[in-house]
Amino acid sequence: MQFALLIYESPEAFATRKNDSYTGAWRAYYKALVDAGIFVGGDPLEVPETGTTVRLTEGRRRVQDGPYADTKEQLGGFTILELPSLDAALDWAARCPAASYGAVEVRPLTPELRRRITE
Amino acid sequence: MSGTGQDDTHRRIERVARESYGRLVAYLSAHTRDVASAEDALSDALVKALTAWPRDGLPQNPEAWLLTTARHAIIDHVRHQQVVLASEPTLMLLREGHEDMTLSVKFPDERLKLLFVCAHPAIDPAMHTPLMLQTVLGLDAARIAGAFLVSPKTMGQRLVRAKTKIRDGGIRFEIPQERELPQRLDAVLEAIYAAFGVGWDDMAGVDRRGRELAEEGIWLGRVLLELLPSEAEVHGLLALMLHCEARRAARRGQDGRYVPLSEQDPKLWSLPLIEEAEGHLAEAFKNGRFGRFQLEAAIQSVHAERARSGRTEWEAIVRFYEQLIGISPALGTQTGYAAAVGEAKGPETGLAVLDGIDLKAVSCYQPYWAVRAHLLQRLGRTPEAKDAYDRAIGLTEDPAVKEFLLQRRG
Repeated sequence: MQFALLIYESPEAFATRKNDSYTGAWRAYYKALVDAGIFVGGDPLEVPETGTTVRLTEGRRRVQDGPYADTKEQLGGFTILELPSLDAALDWAARCPAASYGAVEVRPLTPELRRRITE
Repeated sequence: MSGTGQDDTHRRIERVARESYGRLVAYLSAHTRDVASAEDALSDALVKALTAWPRDGLPQNPEAWLLTTARHAIIDHVRHQQVVLASEPTLMLLREGHEDMTLSVKFPDERLKLLFVCAHPAIDPAMHTPLMLQTVLGLDAARIAGAFLVSPKTMGQRLVRAKTKIRDGGIRFEIPQERELPQRLDAVLEAIYAAFGVGWDDMAGVDRRGRELAEEGIWLGRVLLELLPSEAEVHGLLALMLHCEARRAARRGQDGRYVPLSEQDPKLWSLPLIEEAEGHLAEAFKNGRFGRFQLEAAIQSVHAERARSGRTEWEAIVRFYEQLIGISPALGTQTGYAAAVGEAKGPETGLAVLDGIDLKAVSCYQPYWAVRAHLLQRLGRTPEAKDAYDRAIGLTEDPAVKEFLLQRRG
């Protein structure tokens, strides 16, 4: 079963991305995921200000600077893991560096919908 | 009624609830095996107490008041359901319920049976501790869910399922027979220790994957001791928990930084808790039946000695670990043994012990990597040490421990 760990970070956390302790904790976490044989994919995202949001309202394009949601904590990255259960996914979410300075949302992927879309 | 009076009543209700909850649930469910109904009835009674007690004054015997009220709630429920063929135990409970209980106090303490039911072999071992926390201490599902890292909804469903199994699965409220007792008691002890939160702070940088329920674990340990005062392992478990709890304040620096045991200031350890732990350990040794919890408590007792002697007798710790491995060669025990050997006989020997552990078993086991990193660093094998530190950091949950390991890694 595959789960996405969605990483939410505050502006303060985004500002510490160049610090050694930030990268050190994430490097260690990444290594643990790979060594456990559960890492499927994932990437960090650029800071939220670099986002541009597009939608069509009544046929008209609306383009907005910045991310979709106007919240303090913003999506900072995602990781996809292959795991046997939600319990195991929550376990890995708790170990994720962002769990202590931001938040980690765990969501199962939906392979059934994926199949209908891609086949 | 004044605001303060109301606060007092609330506090009083909370205290009575906390002290009586398990006894009342155990008593109300011992015959019917229906833990969920007993809990529902008791929460009804507690809600009624919130209005009745401030209005009428505190009853002379709050526990008996709650019991009578809870029984009436069960009667109402049964009437409401129009159960024609109520079971004999329920009928018995109802008959007893007609007696005026507001003054008489005596009802048997069935909590020991309830503890054995919660840790029954037919119940999923992962649910033993949550069941005890809920039925004996009255903790709500959301609080238990947080401690066990599952969603509140899931924990609620699992608790309901376990209680249904108790009711319908023929699990009897009884004290196990003599020949079964040691094994059944071990399950109860394990479940209580799991509430406390397993963690070995005698190994530097080991993540306590805490349950945040240390106080509840100790409370359950005390309840069990009250009910089984002459079991050596019950004393052993309580001694172990009290020794660990005694070091709580020393485990963090003022800035919140993690302080490993070897660097803790013994002046910050709680002397009363250490003395209480030592008392239980002495009592345990007197009673015979040597066991795992006594040995683990003995290891913590050696660490506590440092407050008096200024040094740690690692050789003694190694000997206790050797006996412990003979009883239960769990991964945690083997890792703790390796750490102790590393201190007593040098890092090379400690590392050899670690090398004897199956690598497949430790891929997600943080303590192994923390100890391995420490030993490799002492041997000056820097690149390997850094690699092991990374593995440990990646598996760590506690941010303070993470930070400590990052600094050690360099």
